[in-house]
Amino acid sequence: MEPLEIGRLLQDRFPDQVLEIYTHRGQAGVLVRRERIVDLCRFLRDTESLRMNHLLALCGVDNSRRKGANLLRFEVVYNLYSIPLQHQLRLRAQVPEDDPVIDSVTQLWPGANWLERETWDLLGIGFAGHPDLRRVLLPESWQGHPLRKDYPLRGTEPWQEYEDLKAHCQQLRQFDFYSQNAPAGTDENNG
Amino acid sequence: METKTIDIPVANGDEELYRLRMGPQHPATHGVLRVDLDLDGETIVACHPQVGYLHRGFEKLAEHRTYVQAMVLTDRLDYIAAIANNVGYCVAVEKLLGIEVPLRARYIRTMACEMSRLTGHLLWLATHALDIGAMTVFLYCFREREELLNMFEMLCGARLTTTYPRIGGVRQDVTSEFMERLERFTESFPGWIEEYETLIDTNRIWLKRTQGVGVVTAEEAVSLGLTGPTLRGSGVDYDIRKHRPYDAYEYMDFEVPLGEAGDIYARYRCRMEELRQSNRIIRQCIDQMPPGPIVSGEAPDLVMPIHGHRRLDFQASNSSALIRFMDDNRLYMEGDVYVSTEAPKGELGFYFVSDGSGRPYRMHIRSPSFIHIAALPAITRGELVADIIANIGSIDVVLGECDR
Repeated sequence: MEPLEIGRLLQDRFPDQVLEIYTHRGQAGVLVRRERIVDLCRFLRDTESLRMNHLLALCGVDNSRRKGANLLRFEVVYNLYSIPLQHQLRLRAQVPEDDPVIDSVTQLWPGANWLERETWDLLGIGFAGHPDLRRVLLPESWQGHPLRKDYPLRGTEPWQEYEDLKAHCQQLRQFDFYSQNAPAGTDENNG
Repeated sequence: METKTIDIPVANGDEELYRLRMGPQHPATHGVLRVDLDLDGETIVACHPQVGYLHRGFEKLAEHRTYVQAMVLTDRLDYIAAIANNVGYCVAVEKLLGIEVPLRARYIRTMACEMSRLTGHLLWLATHALDIGAMTVFLYCFREREELLNMFEMLCGARLTTTYPRIGGVRQDVTSEFMERLERFTESFPGWIEEYETLIDTNRIWLKRTQGVGVVTAEEAVSLGLTGPTLRGSGVDYDIRKHRPYDAYEYMDFEVPLGEAGDIYARYRCRMEELRQSNRIIRQCIDQMPPGPIVSGEAPDLVMPIHGHRRLDFQASNSSALIRFMDDNRLYMEGDVYVSTEAPKGELGFYFVSDGSGRPYRMHIRSPSFIHIAALPAITRGELVADIIANIGSIDVVLGECDR
């Protein structure tokens, strides 16, 4: 099916959710509200004439330096593809700055699990109903979300945990393998 | 479709599960992957992969570089088949900027892409067999991989981090010596594939370790987002070279090998057949190589802007591609594209958002390894601890691409 047609089908089914339909370089996209994103995705996945069963990519975008009538501070982008019918569509769900949360689609695609964790990690967009929303690429103690536009490319001071780790390594170096009594505090692995 | 039913033994109340930490410094994890395993005896009850040890922030870095500069980052994704990443990046940027690539360049790229698929699959076979205990295959595969890397050196001067293609074409033309050497290689390569198969295909240990282990059903594989040979081993016919052809794949005659069982052995067979098909594609590229230019006239120049971020003040003649790329003024079309290519590991996708400036506003890399590692808990649940090694090998991951 033509991508624009799918967009219109979506608009007929969810008139209050679809904000805008557009094409760019032959690819169609639909700007939607965030409230019923799971229903939208389920409609696209389960409708017999659409069957968009493959979640190509899920990522977040910080819109703060980008102009557009319907854009909020963040958006979550779902690139969907139908393996049996070979058509593609992009959903862009708008997420406001003061409440950056959207419903999780892990119930539809288990493979979305880590993609949503990555979006939380790098952009700070929360996913309601996600089974295990933790950071994935950055350490658990990391401050801030790097892919936000207000996050600097380069830091001003060294990362404190690295210094702590170096100190810990120095301490481990003192370990005496030949002694019966290991010094206290060295047997606990920090991993 | 029948789904996998797993009968997981539940630990008694007074018995604790054993937590085994595997990696990040483990030779069979193919990089810096850490897997925390919860074991009940030898059975895996839960598996928690931990990634991020190699995170270099490519997506953030790319936002601060021009499209030309950001390309070198892609070499460092899947560093064992770098050209496939470069081509994936270039195809996506060309789509975003609307650049037409000349036919000869498309053929050269397709050829280089398939060569890199061979290097990727050979390294996969070598390490996968080594993990399961077949040392000889490792040495045999590296013999051919070495020849391919030498040819990469001939092609562009680099063996691993090539940056050979460029936006709108390729960087330099192929020489006749290179083409002759590649032709000789394609003639003898099918014989070498048979050599590998003689070593392991009827080996009882290999069959016992791979058949019926790590089974993924077709439905499960699609919902987990698996792609590439890992998906096709489960019998799903999804190859981007056929579904959304890029470069010269539409002119190529090749088959997409499919498995049935969805186990490690089926994935192994798929990749072995892909080696043959890649060889066939390379052969066709050599035979059909058309003459003509190797880079598009609209292609951006490789010259770097002064001091990276300084805006250059050009006047009047801002029709040159060079100026367009160096200037931050709004000269491009705003918009977004998602373009994916078939990398050796699976679907490598780039999602670009352009705000009209010379730098990507947002670049998201859909890396197959990241999604494959995320699927590891689902694949290995209820299996024996020894099989986790075979499973990690069979989903074919590289951590440079996973962590980005």
